[in-house]
Amino acid sequence: MKPEQIAAIAHLARLSMDEAELPRYQESLARILSFVGDLEQAQTQDVSPMSHPLPGLVQRLRADAVTETDAHELYQANAPQVAASLYLVPKVIE
Amino acid sequence: MNNDTWETVIGLEIHAQLATKSKIFSASATAYGAPPNAQANLVDLGYPGVLPVLNQAAVTMAVKFGLAIAAQVTPLSVFARKNYFYPDLPKGYQISQYELPIVAKGHMDIVLEDGATKRIGITRAHLEEDAGKSMHEGLGAFSGIDLNRAGTPLLEIVSEPDMRSAHEAVAYMKKIHTLVRYLEICDGNMQEGSFRCDANVSVRRKGADKLGTRAEIKNINSFRFVEKAIHYEVARQIDIIESGGKVLQETRLYDPDKGETRSMRSKEEANDYRYFPDPDLLPVAVDAAFIAGVRATLPELPDEKAARFAQAFALSAYDAGVLTASRELGDYFEAVVREIPQDPKLAANWVMGELAAALNRDGIDIGASKLAAGRVAGLLKRIADGTISGKIAKEVFEAMWASGADADSVIAEKGLKQISDPAAIEKAIDEVFAKSPGQLADYRAGKDKLFGFFVGQVMKATGGKANPGQLNELLKKKLAG
Amino acid sequence: MSLHTKSLAQLADGLRAHEFSSVELTRALLERIETHQPQLNALISVTGPSAMQAAAVADGVLARGGGGPLTGIPLVHKDIFCTEGVRTTCASRMLDNFVAPYDATVVAKLKAEGMVMLGKANMDEFAMGSSNETSYYGPVRNPWNHKLVPGGSSGGSAAVVAARLAPFASATDTGGSIRQPAALCGVTGFKPTYGRVSRYGMIAFASSLDQGGTLTVSAADAALILRAMAGFDPRDSTSVEHAVPDYVAGLDQPLTGLKIGLLKEFFEKGLEPDNERCVRAALAVYEKLGAKLIEVSLPNLGLSVPAYYVVAPAECSSNLARFDGVRFGHRAKDPKDLLDLYKRSRGEGFGAEVKRRIMTGTYVLSAGYYDAFYIKAQKVRRLIANEFERAFGQVDVLMGPTTPTAAFELGSKTADPITMYLNDIYTIGANLAGLPAMSIPCGFTQNLPLGLQIIGRHFAEERLLSVAHAYQRETDWHTRVPPGYE
Repeated sequence: MKPEQIAAIAHLARLSMDEAELPRYQESLARILSFVGDLEQAQTQDVSPMSHPLPGLVQRLRADAVTETDAHELYQANAPQVAASLYLVPKVIE
Repeated sequence: MNNDTWETVIGLEIHAQLATKSKIFSASATAYGAPPNAQANLVDLGYPGVLPVLNQAAVTMAVKFGLAIAAQVTPLSVFARKNYFYPDLPKGYQISQYELPIVAKGHMDIVLEDGATKRIGITRAHLEEDAGKSMHEGLGAFSGIDLNRAGTPLLEIVSEPDMRSAHEAVAYMKKIHTLVRYLEICDGNMQEGSFRCDANVSVRRKGADKLGTRAEIKNINSFRFVEKAIHYEVARQIDIIESGGKVLQETRLYDPDKGETRSMRSKEEANDYRYFPDPDLLPVAVDAAFIAGVRATLPELPDEKAARFAQAFALSAYDAGVLTASRELGDYFEAVVREIPQDPKLAANWVMGELAAALNRDGIDIGASKLAAGRVAGLLKRIADGTISGKIAKEVFEAMWASGADADSVIAEKGLKQISDPAAIEKAIDEVFAKSPGQLADYRAGKDKLFGFFVGQVMKATGGKANPGQLNELLKKKLAG
Repeated sequence: MSLHTKSLAQLADGLRAHEFSSVELTRALLERIETHQPQLNALISVTGPSAMQAAAVADGVLARGGGGPLTGIPLVHKDIFCTEGVRTTCASRMLDNFVAPYDATVVAKLKAEGMVMLGKANMDEFAMGSSNETSYYGPVRNPWNHKLVPGGSSGGSAAVVAARLAPFASATDTGGSIRQPAALCGVTGFKPTYGRVSRYGMIAFASSLDQGGTLTVSAADAALILRAMAGFDPRDSTSVEHAVPDYVAGLDQPLTGLKIGLLKEFFEKGLEPDNERCVRAALAVYEKLGAKLIEVSLPNLGLSVPAYYVVAPAECSSNLARFDGVRFGHRAKDPKDLLDLYKRSRGEGFGAEVKRRIMTGTYVLSAGYYDAFYIKAQKVRRLIANEFERAFGQVDVLMGPTTPTAAFELGSKTADPITMYLNDIYTIGANLAGLPAMSIPCGFTQNLPLGLQIIGRHFAEERLLSVAHAYQRETDWHTRVPPGYE
């Protein structure tokens, strides 16, 4: 794993990463990836990927009904910054 | 720009907000215009610990669309997470469909300017959730996020890059717009953002088989803008290539005030969305019984209705298309024709002409028409039976539109009945002859053009009410001597 | 017998017979918590006043002759379950100030039974860990030896039950996070079938692996709780519409004819001699009770840890993307732009192990690596699940050790992530396949407890509980209390 790769992954994941931390993550990620590289040896040609542990289940459908009411004051009690009921972030220029 | 050298290739991605009552994965309301964040519950906000549950109506609507475009409906479709960070995307991922969309290949036929039909391929249509909205004005150094819209169901309809001109693109977009409203799966309100269009535009030299680099123009919210944006973009790309440059694959925004497209800075860097099947949702099963159930609820589709109109009412394909642009308009027209079955063409001309103009002028839809179909039919009957001329009818129509009154009341009140009594017309002609001896002599001496003068004078004298057909006949006779 | 060593059934009887009140019981346990918290650090929040209130209400209900078997009985919830009006941190700085506006379904269900919440248990940050050393609030210590780890990620929950601070603590298991701490702390830990218990309100780590479960002293106690906890939840799409049997009524099923599978791969290298000794002694008890031991093999089981460490980080990297400083949770001070807000809020809010897993997950899902890592891991997952299914064609349950070793010293395995990950070597398979599994105490090595793991078919909770109960009727390992906590 190269430092630029670590920096790129950290950026994709929106994690701050300073020069000092980089080598530590570089090392542990390399270690983990080498460990999971063992998967390569498995014979998986005739097998499909498993996304859900229980086979054969399908998505339940919910009736189209509105049952939620306005509780934004309760929810916004946890918000770091709110104005006029809007969640605030540093200005984004599109 | 030399049209013989360059070919334009266009694909459209349309996002139609589905007209469900509640959101796709939560039981919040989808109604437009609520106060900020009043319709954003814990699931919509992406709170820790919450989970999505799929709205049945969204599935039904997607299947309905699939059947209407003769597409394959996927028996087991899968929701996938599209991962990226943006403030209007609370979970940090959008639940969408990637490898296995609910609707697979279909098509939509469009009618071109010259009347020819062209089949536009539709690659797929899939379900996904909408993001929230960002406000950038009036908050100082901040942007404000409103998540009411987050979680509204969207049907993303992806066309093949089959369109070769802005005109074709607009025709396709209009057809899809008409269809989703016919199916009652989307209200098509572009101002409110229920129907949005992204255009993928590229150019290549005619005869080339490789596609040129395409630019994606995002969130165009009117038919006019689609046309303008494409024209601008095509010119821009050709200009770049002809100057020796390379077109960048990028996302651009159409600026209607400046009439140009410009690069979207924030989305310029290529995003790795890291799609993977959403583990919180199971595959969506749609079986034959479900499909049959949905098929039974399909209304007469626009193309079917247009074909029927053309055949039953002897209308041109183009006219039939215009009259079936919306279900309401088609129903209205049929209601008019029902009352005046002997002259469907008259009905067609008036619905597409005067009525459309009045609706346009007042900025309303056929649904809000000031006159019911019966009223308009009543007016047309009076043209058909000779009570008034076509020209006078226009005056009557305006009065009807303004007051809501029926044709007969207006005609009586304004005394607009056509004069069809030959004796009365002859008398009027005689009076004009008496007043214009010079012109009479000139005409009889050979100045044929003065025929129009006499017509005009008689019309003036009779307040426009002389029956034009009869006037012509009698005038000819009397001028001949 | 003091209140804190009574079983759930004994507590229910005592409350009903008015031998003591819920208020007395709650007060006694809150005092114990206060006494032992400095040493153990097993709790992040203690909800004393509301617990006393709930206890008083329960007493009222009981006085009127109402209520059920769990009314007035105290519990602790792992701090991964959202508890309305109460701080819910996931042991992370990211949620240090987060007060949940709703109850997780599990919390609501047990509240409806009249149970009394004493507080929120410490855990590994966002359930990522096998030693409870990654908590923002400091590590939890093993009641059997304070220099040692209790296991993780439900270390706090296991310590609470082992130290008899509460008769039940809720927990979650994604790769062994209930079973492994149960083994290291000498208590009974139960992970139900995937989809048996609602995940709504259980803050997600790895969605296709997470399952809520129980830590109790005995299987009989677990049955009582599970009967109330399990069940279909329309708010969780992965929740299964399976009727919940009366697990308590099913406890006394006879064992004769039970076919116990011994996984060849579990008894290979790496298993400590004392560990093997205890496990084989437990198996001998089962044979005495009429069970048959059959050797089975799951050749691909060795790949379960690598497969897990692709799938779990992948899912967590996506699940934790919602923690961005915008709507809740930690926000960095004075962000200069949006990117800075995201990066610093998340960089400051998450600990190192969480960041490591997010980065691993981001990598294995990224373009160019998705097929080689993520898809490959999900295919291996299916191989392993198929092998379990084949084994269950021959046997009724699988048994073996829960952990490779007994509790280890704090700080001894933190240098290399892989060393820590290998603690889950026996437990992970059941998560990949969604199978129910549990750990029960089966002996000691150097005064430290060891666990016997029992794995069953999908929805065989009743069978597992009765099999464990049969053993616990014959032996008393599960009744041992750590010195100093009697």
